[in-house]
Amino acid sequence: MLRLEARQTASRLMSALSPVIAVAITVLVAAALFVALGRDPVRGLAVFLVEPLANRYALTELALKATPLVLCAIGLSLCFRANVWNIGAEGQFLLGAIAGGGVALWATVNVGVLPRPALVPLVLVAGMLGGAGWAAITALLRDRFNANEILVSLMLVYVAQLLLSYLVFGPWKDPQGYNFPQTRSFDAAAMLPLLVPQSRLHVGALIALALVAATWVLMFRTFAGFQLQVGGVAPLAARYAGFPARRALWSAMLLSGGFAGLAGAMEAAGPLGQLTPNVSTGYGFTAIIVAFVGRLHPVGCVLSGLLLSMFVIGGELSQSRLGLPSALTGVFEGLLLFSLLACDTLVHYRVRFGRG
Amino acid sequence: MDQTALLIAATLSAGTPLAIAALGLLINEKAGVVNLGAEGMMLIAAVAGFATAYHTGSDLLAFGAGALAGAAAAAVFGGLVIWLNANQYASGLALSLFGAGLSAFVGIGYVGKKLAERSAFSVPGLADIPFAGPALFRHHPMVYGAVALTVATIWFLYRTRAGLVLRAVGESPESAHALGYPVRPIRLAAVMFGGALCGVSGAYLSVVHAPLWVEGMVAGRGWIALALTTFATWRPARVLLGAYLFGGVTMLQLHLQGQGVQIESQFMSMLPYLATIVVLVLISRNPVWIRVNMPASLGKSFDPGG
Repeated sequence: MLRLEARQTASRLMSALSPVIAVAITVLVAAALFVALGRDPVRGLAVFLVEPLANRYALTELALKATPLVLCAIGLSLCFRANVWNIGAEGQFLLGAIAGGGVALWATVNVGVLPRPALVPLVLVAGMLGGAGWAAITALLRDRFNANEILVSLMLVYVAQLLLSYLVFGPWKDPQGYNFPQTRSFDAAAMLPLLVPQSRLHVGALIALALVAATWVLMFRTFAGFQLQVGGVAPLAARYAGFPARRALWSAMLLSGGFAGLAGAMEAAGPLGQLTPNVSTGYGFTAIIVAFVGRLHPVGCVLSGLLLSMFVIGGELSQSRLGLPSALTGVFEGLLLFSLLACDTLVHYRVRFGRG
Repeated sequence: MDQTALLIAATLSAGTPLAIAALGLLINEKAGVVNLGAEGMMLIAAVAGFATAYHTGSDLLAFGAGALAGAAAAAVFGGLVIWLNANQYASGLALSLFGAGLSAFVGIGYVGKKLAERSAFSVPGLADIPFAGPALFRHHPMVYGAVALTVATIWFLYRTRAGLVLRAVGESPESAHALGYPVRPIRLAAVMFGGALCGVSGAYLSVVHAPLWVEGMVAGRGWIALALTTFATWRPARVLLGAYLFGGVTMLQLHLQGQGVQIESQFMSMLPYLATIVVLVLISRNPVWIRVNMPASLGKSFDPGG
């Protein structure tokens, strides 16, 4: 008989191996699913794991889709480490897109009012403020009224989606847009410069990498980051040490909201170049998986962000390549997180045979 | 007069799926397990129920399929959090994300398909009373089912031995274990029961309430149901009242539009979500009130082995 025996300390080896095993399990289940659906499993897996890496353009797309995932995920990692359950990154992303896109739209209509080099920084700052402001609602209600941040942040996702829908169907709709729910295309000066010519990859990817490094420093090289994490692991110890729990809540929420908002602004003023009701394809939710698979570590999030970006691109390709709906991505993402949570048991427990 | 009767009827109908799901979640929270996967279970069950109704034409089978799908999804979650001691929040989130993906994938063939409008069940003798008849006594049987379920839940939790054991498992799993009760199997049963009711609720949405399948059609009702258990401070009767309150908020939108009030539809659609936030704020303001009523081991895993 199998039984679990608690380890004295969490195994660092298993903590690193667990995502790898989880990916292996997901790949096996995915292969079985392709067989069950009457598709060639090798070809099916190739769409998800090989084609996104096939050539230069594919690689730029991979980095493009990974950018918002990584940005949202490093913020969520801060939150989860501080035991703040912000699951509304999707809403914060959308508010960032609305704020950043709003500035870009204003600059497009009022050409020449602001100096052109100031536009992109303004768009990005507006996005950060929009996301952080949206997250601040959750932080405030948690702080002042003890309202559960899981439910509040999630409810605000729906509100954000409806707000975006109102804007693009209503006041911000392109007057020359044949009544489509979309804004005008932004002026080129308000859009992020490209990093690689003949691709869609923009400088936002570099900004994201810089913020990954900054988050790493904050987490592991500053006292504030240490305080934040002690509050998450051992709230009583943190209180005894006099570490301010409120500051941990606020800083985790504002930073993750700001990162998600920045990602939203980059998406609007990057590959899209306008606002539509579908600015996000669920980046904020996928980022939750990215954060867990990346072990709530900034560098881990880069790796898992690239992996989940492959899933997203594979899903987009599966329609044309395999005749399967892109919703397949969601199935695989859920499977991956389930497998990971199951494998994580091995971090804290040893499997023993026989009776105890 | 007629308008008001219709508004009451619509409120009861819209509150019913919330009540059924929230009563299920109440049971599994009473056993000490919080399942954030409600939204995912409801989505999976909504597809399962819709497909069953579409192919067999039987509502009863559709609800059965929904309940089975919900219970099966809950069992996966239960295995993770009860036996592998996985984090309940993370595992519930995983189930919600997985359910959204799986239901979208499976349901793609059912988008745009229609079911016949479900006929209401007129309570003999009462349905023809002016005002009260159309408001209260011409509904789908499941609307009365939700009321019966509330009574049954109260009876089970507070009047039966099994209900006492369930509450003991949620309040103090260590004591229940010391008395010889199998804590983990009891928790799994409670979680699967919660999943089954979330499943019935999901099937009601796609088979009776809508009746059609659209991706993401549960639209946050699973999360609202989770909020309802807190709002009701884990009391079944208050869950039912709260569900009708939220049903009313949902229906207010249609009512105001009928009155010719000029507000953009998107702002109207925000109402249930904003109402959830407001209610959470009001109820959570007093931490003692929550702590006294919340099952003491809620969210904590229990390891009998030591």
